[in-house]
Amino acid sequence: MFTGLMANTWIAASIVAVIAGITGFFAVLRGETFAAHAIPNGAFAGAAGAFLLGVNVIWGLAIFAVAGALGIGALGSKARHDVVTALTLVLMLGVGALFVSWSTEYAEQAYSLLFGEVYGVSSDEVWPIAGIGLIAVVAIGLAFRRLMLTSAMPEVAEARGVSVRGTEIYFLIVMASATSMTVPVVGALLMFSLMIGPAAAARSVTARPGLALALSVAIALVITWLSIALSYRTNWPLGFFVGIGGALFYLIGLAARQLGGSLRPSNA
Amino acid sequence: MAGSWWWPVTSGPVLVALLIGGIAAITSGIIGVFSVLRTQSFAGHSLADIATTGGAAAFLIGVSQFWGFLLMGIAASAMMEVIGVQRRRGRDVATGVVLGGGLGFAALFLYLGTQRTSTTGASFSILFGSIFVVSPDTVPGIIAAGVVTLIAVALLGRRLLLTAISPDLARARGVNVRLTGVFFLMALAATVSLSAIAIGAVLSTALLVGPAATALRITRSPVKAIVVSAVGGLAATWLSIWLAYESYYWPPYGHGWPVSFFVVALVLAGYLLSYARRPRKAVPPRSPHEGVECSPA
Repeated sequence: MFTGLMANTWIAASIVAVIAGITGFFAVLRGETFAAHAIPNGAFAGAAGAFLLGVNVIWGLAIFAVAGALGIGALGSKARHDVVTALTLVLMLGVGALFVSWSTEYAEQAYSLLFGEVYGVSSDEVWPIAGIGLIAVVAIGLAFRRLMLTSAMPEVAEARGVSVRGTEIYFLIVMASATSMTVPVVGALLMFSLMIGPAAAARSVTARPGLALALSVAIALVITWLSIALSYRTNWPLGFFVGIGGALFYLIGLAARQLGGSLRPSNA
Repeated sequence: MAGSWWWPVTSGPVLVALLIGGIAAITSGIIGVFSVLRTQSFAGHSLADIATTGGAAAFLIGVSQFWGFLLMGIAASAMMEVIGVQRRRGRDVATGVVLGGGLGFAALFLYLGTQRTSTTGASFSILFGSIFVVSPDTVPGIIAAGVVTLIAVALLGRRLLLTAISPDLARARGVNVRLTGVFFLMALAATVSLSAIAIGAVLSTALLVGPAATALRITRSPVKAIVVSAVGGLAATWLSIWLAYESYYWPPYGHGWPVSFFVVALVLAGYLLSYARRPRKAVPPRSPHEGVECSPA
């Protein structure tokens, strides 16, 4: 279970979990849940395009993810945010549907891009994931105060000369580049589960940002490790365990808050 | 292939497609206006994605996808309500958590389904839809679901608008805001399962949000917006079915282009055109007492 190809799986999945825990925390804090869903999901369409052109899938994922982030960020201030996110998402998926219809052999690979194919991660694939993960963590670390300020008090941030919109686009691009790297491992649909479940659970337990961030990463790691082990034993798809795990931890977090509730102001 | 170039409707599957597409487009157009006004586009999209789970389960046990979409959508909307979709602040997170869990089950059901039949084609017709292969047996169910949803919304339309625009005012007038919210989510789930059959689960958001957002940019009266949205959605869907039919003659030869691609393209073109039509100006929010109006989407 820990040898050979599985060793790469454990390493790659752990890096993915750390990235998901961190970016997910800010996505939940900033109310960008829908964007967190739309960007990896839409990036999947880019993978279909890359497959059609015969180039590396990573390029298709990266281009579509960043384009999606720019689209959501740029149009988001002009119209209702959720409408723009929804339309950007369907545009990418519509193009993806077209690509898929053109290439009949793609279906098999598309399934793994949507739902993940964590087994048989080669060591060539571990390094780019580690690299992009490091870049994403550094990028978020550099802008940590700014991200916190624009999330918690946008008006104060504006008054201090911090561009709220600029910060949003910055965050969306970091999230896009991080998620595009991880899509081949955990899949477009479940990257989202791994981002939102742990972060939402952590936020429902504590209101302190540092602690919540650490907790979010920890929960993401636990879910990932448990899921790999269970998936290895049962042969059921990894995505199932990740999806259920995220929801379960959130419910546990809610229950914990109900029990210890009145001590703290609510921070839903 | 029979029929002239402008009237290709000589085959049964195309007639069924036009009928189902039409019902889906009208229902989505109408419900879409409410979901854009209530800023529940994410909920609409999530219900569609979760409906995939139902579609996969239906595939597994061998019944029509439509019933899977419908039942799972309604179950998920109840779940979202329980977790706390009614609070504006936590709504996206509650929606996201239910979506994440639902997708997990979708992965499992699709996996079990492909284990049994060793085909991956099913994931595709569930996710991206294939309107030309809908079984005519499902049509009465689809018509019934569309009609029930529309009647329910017609009866409760004023209440839905009021709770969308001013929950406090609604509460003061004795409207049960929470119940209205649950009811709306259920209607949304039914609508989404209709359009999921027509253009696929993941793209049903296009029909739900696109025409409605466009209509709300063109007109500020909700009633007019509903009419524009329904007509626009219907036109986009029928035109897409025609284009998809014609696309058999386009490169790459031998593959039709998917209907869902055309729907997305037309709907987005409409939305972008609405920007060109009237420059956006800041509209101060009006009191609902002056007649219900709404800001552009």
